[in-house]
Amino acid sequence: MSTSHKVYGLMAEFADGEELLAATRHAYEAGYRQMDAYTPFPIHGLAEAIGFRHSRLPLIVLLGALTGTATAFLLQWYPAVIDYPVNIGGRPLNSWPAFVPIMFELTVLFASFAAVFGMIGLNGLPRPYHPVFNVERFQLASKDRFFLCIQSNDPKFDLTTTRQFLEDQRPHEVAEVAP
Amino acid sequence: MAGEQKIRRTADMLPPVVAPQYTVGSVSDKISGIVLTKKTPRPWYFGVALAMVVSLMLFNAIGYLLLKGVGVWGVDVPVAWGFAIVNFVWWIGIGHAGTLISAILLLLKQEWRTSINRFAEAMTLFAVACAGMFPLLHLGRPWVFYWLFPYPDTMGLWPQWRSPLVWDVFAVSTYATVSLLFWYVGLIPDLATLRDKAQNRIAQVIYGIGSLGWRGSAMHWHRYEIAYLLLGGLATPLVVSVHSIVGMDFAGGIVPGWHSTIFPPYFVAGAIFSGFAMVATLTIPLRKWYGLEGIITIRHLDNMGKIMLATGLIVAYGYAMEVFIGYYSDNTYEWFMTTNRMFGPYAWAYWMLIFCNILTPITLWSRKVRTTPIILFVISIIINVGMWMERYVIVITSLHRDFLPSSWGMYAGTQWDWMTYLGTLGFFALCLILFIRVLPMISMFEMRQLVSQYREDAGTSAQVALQED
Repeated sequence: MSTSHKVYGLMAEFADGEELLAATRHAYEAGYRQMDAYTPFPIHGLAEAIGFRHSRLPLIVLLGALTGTATAFLLQWYPAVIDYPVNIGGRPLNSWPAFVPIMFELTVLFASFAAVFGMIGLNGLPRPYHPVFNVERFQLASKDRFFLCIQSNDPKFDLTTTRQFLEDQRPHEVAEVAP
Repeated sequence: MAGEQKIRRTADMLPPVVAPQYTVGSVSDKISGIVLTKKTPRPWYFGVALAMVVSLMLFNAIGYLLLKGVGVWGVDVPVAWGFAIVNFVWWIGIGHAGTLISAILLLLKQEWRTSINRFAEAMTLFAVACAGMFPLLHLGRPWVFYWLFPYPDTMGLWPQWRSPLVWDVFAVSTYATVSLLFWYVGLIPDLATLRDKAQNRIAQVIYGIGSLGWRGSAMHWHRYEIAYLLLGGLATPLVVSVHSIVGMDFAGGIVPGWHSTIFPPYFVAGAIFSGFAMVATLTIPLRKWYGLEGIITIRHLDNMGKIMLATGLIVAYGYAMEVFIGYYSDNTYEWFMTTNRMFGPYAWAYWMLIFCNILTPITLWSRKVRTTPIILFVISIIINVGMWMERYVIVITSLHRDFLPSSWGMYAGTQWDWMTYLGTLGFFALCLILFIRVLPMISMFEMRQLVSQYREDAGTSAQVALQED
């Protein structure tokens, strides 16, 4: 266990997404939990394969949307009814149908902010430095190479057996990730 | 069975969405190579210089306007909404194609959108920026533009919440913001690619900051895709709402020729029509100059042609309904407005728009026309002109002779109107030219995904073909 703190993890490189997906499934079956896969484009089923179940993002977006609707209604209702009521031929002050377009716009606006900043926030970005960038060939993760990193904070992690496990997945190469 | 076979055969005949020689790696190299090169193409400098000169004309026109007031424009009573509103509607309409491509076609799983969405989104942003200038300059005192927004001011006033013009402020500012967010989110993984591929330290740092340290983690992609899809779902009704509200700016007035319930849907169709025309106008030369024929293929041109045809027909229906309702309403003013449009002093503008927006797009029924880049290019320019004429007809002919003959008048744009309008074309071009030099004009990560799907599908047959070679 003493070795596990000297490295961030072990990283295996694959040439295609299918191989990576299979290796990730094997790793999960072998009991590894603290791991992440890195790909140049989204691969369906990969997040599930590393044990990621569901995201809170849709809920955040819904809350954003409702906040937008409520804000827009209050923004219009307060001036129209309380602060500056204008009697136009006895028409109701709370003319809510006329408030709908702005309520719609602010719903979309707030929900979009929630979606973008929620995604960035949940992903822990911006994060300019991350140990995986220490691997020389990792720059290809944004081009055409696929990586699986088993982290040293996983209880099952052991420098030799985990390396052996990754080698068995027939990767292009296995590299140690400096912390 | 026979029907299914027929469908299959037509699908085989369609040109591919991406040329088969591209791999996941080479498609990234091709697109990023346009940005990450020291060799800037010579025509690019020429383009920048020309666009800058035209932009200077815009700044000159704006400067003079601020100095003298809106009197330098041709607007006056009765035509108080001249070029400014024509240009505003024209530009904002052009922007709509970008959102349609990035959001609606995303939800409809139209994978061909991938080659053109980034570029079209950028076009949207710059078009909205140009559009936004006009109402602000038209205010007379643009420096108090913030009066449009609700804030607790010392005058104790609020905006008129029941006016489409106030809705428009919210619609356009929301649209600009959401388009920017959508565009930036799409750029994050591509900026990471540029960061990783750049050799120059400054470029690495700048793209690195823009990419927020994106590393392509599976969990990140998972949330990213949720966010992207939700943004698509939010932007879809948004784009419809924006031009509907622009339509209501007119429909909310009692002026004959404006006061019509058909305006919101007819404006949305017209917006998409003109927007696709602008996308075609821009992508046809670009794919040629940058050798992107394998990524923006004939299939894309064909599809864009079809969308222009479909939306053009909706617009034609709108024109027909305006005439029919003018007659059927049995309203003196409505019918006068209709005949005045067709045979009055601005008849030339009306018939020009019929030529540009109905007669020209009809040729798009022909596959040959849709798949010949040069012809499609010419048609797209004609449509751009036609859609400008449409807004000119709607704004000017409706206002210049409304009810009382004693208050009729004529309108023409002055040189300052023209300089401002043509100037925004230069400004728009300048933004686009700078964009294609510093950012990937095609979404690389989506292209990688598309290419990998294609290669999987075609995997076995491609291998056989290679062996035969």
